[in-house]
Amino acid sequence: MSNFNRFLLIIFISVLALFFALPKSFKIGDQEINRNDINISFGNFAFFRSLDLKLGLDLQGGTHLLFDVDTSGLSEAERESALASLKEVVSRRVNLYGVSEPNIQLASFEGKNRIIVELPGVDNPDEAIALVGRTAQLTFFELGGDEASPSAIPTDLTGSDVKSAQVVFDNVSAKPAVSIEFTTEGAVKFEEVTERNIGKAVPIVLDDQIISAPVVQDKISGGSAQISGDFTIDEADNLAIQINGGALPAPMSLVEQSTIGPSLGKESIDKSVQAGVFGIVIVAVFMILMYGKLGVVADVGLLLFTIYTLALYKLIPVVLTLPGIAGFLLSVGMAVDSNILIFERFREEIRDGVSREFALERGFGRAWDSIRDANIATLVTAFVLANPFNWSFLHTSGPVRGFAVTLALGIMISLFTGVFVSRTLLRLTVKDKKLKNEQK
Amino acid sequence: MSKNNDITIINWIKFKWLYFAISAMLIVISIVSLAVNGVIIGLEFRGGSELTILSQQDLPVDNLRESIANEEIEVVSIQRSGEEQYMFRLGQVEENQKAKIIELITSENSDAVEQSFQIVGPSIGPELIKKTFFAVAIAAITILGWVAYQFKSIKFGVSAILAMLHDSFILIGSISVFGALYGAEVDFLFITAVLTTLSFSVHDTIVVFDRIREIQKGESDITKIANQAVTETMRRSIINSLTIIFMLAALVILGGVTIRWFAVSLLVGAVLGTYSSPFVAVPLLATWEKMTKK
Repeated sequence: MSNFNRFLLIIFISVLALFFALPKSFKIGDQEINRNDINISFGNFAFFRSLDLKLGLDLQGGTHLLFDVDTSGLSEAERESALASLKEVVSRRVNLYGVSEPNIQLASFEGKNRIIVELPGVDNPDEAIALVGRTAQLTFFELGGDEASPSAIPTDLTGSDVKSAQVVFDNVSAKPAVSIEFTTEGAVKFEEVTERNIGKAVPIVLDDQIISAPVVQDKISGGSAQISGDFTIDEADNLAIQINGGALPAPMSLVEQSTIGPSLGKESIDKSVQAGVFGIVIVAVFMILMYGKLGVVADVGLLLFTIYTLALYKLIPVVLTLPGIAGFLLSVGMAVDSNILIFERFREEIRDGVSREFALERGFGRAWDSIRDANIATLVTAFVLANPFNWSFLHTSGPVRGFAVTLALGIMISLFTGVFVSRTLLRLTVKDKKLKNEQK
Repeated sequence: MSKNNDITIINWIKFKWLYFAISAMLIVISIVSLAVNGVIIGLEFRGGSELTILSQQDLPVDNLRESIANEEIEVVSIQRSGEEQYMFRLGQVEENQKAKIIELITSENSDAVEQSFQIVGPSIGPELIKKTFFAVAIAAITILGWVAYQFKSIKFGVSAILAMLHDSFILIGSISVFGALYGAEVDFLFITAVLTTLSFSVHDTIVVFDRIREIQKGESDITKIANQAVTETMRRSIINSLTIIFMLAALVILGGVTIRWFAVSLLVGAVLGTYSSPFVAVPLLATWEKMTKK
């Protein structure tokens, strides 16, 4: 690739990144520009990204809850499916509560199972705790009343009568279905319920919401039943998880709660952002004072670094927290360092009396070793802290991870801007006054 | 013109005992402060609860401490943490007790408003510390391996890791001093600052080591190599740390209250991380190489 093509590529990437990085609505002069979120779909492929930067609870306010899950009453095998179901149950409750973009996560450590619930914008935790924290209720209903005013009456068949539910494939149609296994006691109750309701629907209700309303074909004895219908695998999976949520009740107890008022961070954040911008401006001026024209190139690189980073935060998306900002700042420092390393090598080469263009290439070559080794070491640290494989003995959530993710991203982007972008721009800037003589 | 004609190589390593003495002194101060003052442990690690109250008028802190304690709620501290902001650090508080506390506060001053409330169970803190410890241990071992592999010598790896531990330990020591003087807490943000320092310190050390590796190709006396490497990277070290110091100083001076100690910790970490590369890691390496050569 010629240097000019590289330059075009950089411009292309930058314009694209700028499109994502700019806020959703902003003003140029008197004109206000509003942009739509990205929403692409064709066939099975769907891609949606909001152009708003996602802020963590510590920056935007909200409620953070941590529950201990008591799985002592369950066998090893049941535990995993009970936890998955619990997560599903909690998600449903949170969705009913109308929170936008909640975060619900399972975490386990040394045999303790936990569920983390983060509710942005919720500042009344008591209500949220009451809603989220109760044990799931699964009940089979039967229909009563007449056709004009049908009513649903709860039966005595509940979640505690269900042993488990799982996805199976129908013998005849080969379509996904959900099979339910009842306890001995449940089998008797289920037989009675089905006997009373042949040809009628038996709604299954989880936490006051109907999750399925299968129609009874025949009296079913023996303690196992199958709900078949026009399910996709996902739908069948989901239904099985929900039934299990009521069948394998795992009581939760609150162990950590924090509420951050929306105003708490606000003033502090505004100040910190101002301070950050001020700091970056000083660094930019300092670079120009130290390195002149080269400093300008470094500053352009820094500006592009910020634009790329913002764009990636929105595309991935990364939830930005205070520790995340620390990771970002550290990577800014390292991006600047890459430039300083290159410029210092360049100076040394110039001092050796070679041409400027040659000095530039040699400087890059020599600086690259340091940049590579140093950044890989940092990347390794970030990788361990980010815990991408979700090892339970490391942090699976929270601030340390937030820090590591932005740091790792920052290092990768800074390798691109510090080396590829700076190099291309410098090659355009640094020209020998005399003819190109010593170029490689 | 041959290389380095116009820079004088300074005999940095000659003063290695001075650097070791400075480091030893900082470490001793850290140990003493940790032993005498300990650290003020933040809510995340301590467990308990924390209530922030906004009040335009002054709150009678002493009265409140007494009246809350009368409700059989443990009061760790009550502190003014901002212009109109008060931080109540309490023991484990039940939901109904919280209402009582707020009632007590508003009876003293009716315009007081609850701004944030946090409860952390006693089991969470040790868990977070363990996880952080595992993370740091794994990161340190991986870095040790990487540096040792990259520089074909375990000495490079160990020296880099020792400098890194030196920096983080002194950083922990300084938060202990700041805690005793100004009430700075060890919270999750501080842990992040320690992690940042770990990364930064190794990053910075590798740049100097890289220069040593380069010079090693034409020179065999480790003292000469070290001196030349430190001399040649000194300008870069100073310029680089200045850019970081500018950035963080702006955050310390102009930034919000919530991140002030975080910014201070990062600043201390950055200064230590830059200092330790030429003045801890390189002298250690040079001394070790020399001892084994004899």
